[in-house]
Amino acid sequence: MIKINELKKSFNNKKVLDGINLDVEQGKITVIIGRSGEGKSVLIKHIIGLLKPDEGNIMLDGEELTAMDEKELNNIRKRFGMLFQGAALFDSMTVAENVGFPLREHTDKHEDEIMDIVRDKLKRVGLVGVEDMMPADLSGGMKKRVGLARAIAMDPEIVLFDEPTTGLDPIMSDSIAHLMLETQKDLKTTYIAITHDIALTYKIADKVAMLHEGRIIETGTVDEIKATINPVLRQFIEGRAEGPIKVY
Amino acid sequence: MRELFEYIGQMAEDFVRITGEIFLMLYQSIMWMFIPPFKLRNIFKQMEFVGVKSMFVVLLTGSFTGMVLALQSYNALKRFGAESLVGPTVALSMARELGPVLTGLMVTGRAGSAMATELGTMRVTEQIDALYTMAVNPIKYLVVPRILAGILMLPVLTVIADFIGVAGGYFIGVHVLNINPGVYIGRTVDFVKMEDIFDGITKSFFFGLILSLVACYQGFYTKGGAEGVGRAATNSVVMSSVLILIADYFLTSMMFK
Repeated sequence: MIKINELKKSFNNKKVLDGINLDVEQGKITVIIGRSGEGKSVLIKHIIGLLKPDEGNIMLDGEELTAMDEKELNNIRKRFGMLFQGAALFDSMTVAENVGFPLREHTDKHEDEIMDIVRDKLKRVGLVGVEDMMPADLSGGMKKRVGLARAIAMDPEIVLFDEPTTGLDPIMSDSIAHLMLETQKDLKTTYIAITHDIALTYKIADKVAMLHEGRIIETGTVDEIKATINPVLRQFIEGRAEGPIKVY
Repeated sequence: MRELFEYIGQMAEDFVRITGEIFLMLYQSIMWMFIPPFKLRNIFKQMEFVGVKSMFVVLLTGSFTGMVLALQSYNALKRFGAESLVGPTVALSMARELGPVLTGLMVTGRAGSAMATELGTMRVTEQIDALYTMAVNPIKYLVVPRILAGILMLPVLTVIADFIGVAGGYFIGVHVLNINPGVYIGRTVDFVKMEDIFDGITKSFFFGLILSLVACYQGFYTKGGAEGVGRAATNSVVMSSVLILIADYFLTSMMFK
């Protein structure tokens, strides 16, 4: 269980996060929605310790994640997986080397065993026979799938998704949504995704949180969000340019 | 007027910040160098990249520098009848100065810029963040192998440049300028001491450190997409080249004491 308390972060005197409060339930999919540039990526980077907050904290199972040093963080990070927006595959390595990377770094597993896991994870994300390809030869959707396979390679307890469908066509986006649901169901993993893709949110979320002007302005299930009377959230989920959120 | 002071203030602030960040990176790299597991595969890969792949350009610049030195020094020494000193002039210039400096500058242009580009791309495509999230320290995984490759391969390349430069000088001196080969070699051996060669190698060790550390620093802290990557590559070449020449002066002045 992850608890975010009064998290604040500024860059060059510009407030990005202004007191975030959010509970993430274990074994569920939490989706944080919000406009581009609202600090969603900044928030997710705090959860895995890439950024330190100015104020507030993040608790993981009662331990204060935001107060940990690099060594403690590295032990915690082995329980996490992360899928980056552009997949962040290492372009000097093959697909198999990418997916097997965390296993080679952190386990004593034999090479054959690693390859079995790599093939299994790739199969889970619907990829067969791509082991020897280089990331540069893959399409955007395939990169995301390989990124997902790498994120779940160590069977993590928590997986973070940074804009999992950005840049993909609607059909590929739907297939990523299905993969997220399937992989999550199989392993009962905690998934946290940030996105501005409403269709994806409705398909996968157990809980939705709306980030606006540095704060979580509303949380709820998909049905609760759909029925919201909050004008900011309404404008966002309906995708209108007119409303309380000004477009510059 | 106020803008001028602000500009100077900003420059001073940047200088202090960059110096601090570079030394911090050096400190972290030295720490991680001695913490197992050692990434031998990465180190050898970088040694091949810095060393083997720079060989051709080092051979080319080394040989032509040796040849032009022979022509120039012959022209000058002929005026007071000391043509026999062409050999030691070429050998001393190559070993003490041009071997290490030219190798440093050529490797900066070829390998340093490529290192900055590669790490810069990894930064802007979040590959460096990905290493952190997978509990792998990017200083250990990316920076340490490159710095080791720089400090191990530069001395080797320098010795090669020295050798090919002397050979180029010999070829021009003996076959084009008709200096007696026995005199050419004999005089060279008389004047050049092992100390001269070691001084040059010592310099190259520092040049290797400068070019790899600066390239890694520029790449590692790249900001702002593709444009930022280009800027990192340019900055790394300019900064390394200037620092190599400045370091060369101070190292030389210490060695002559």
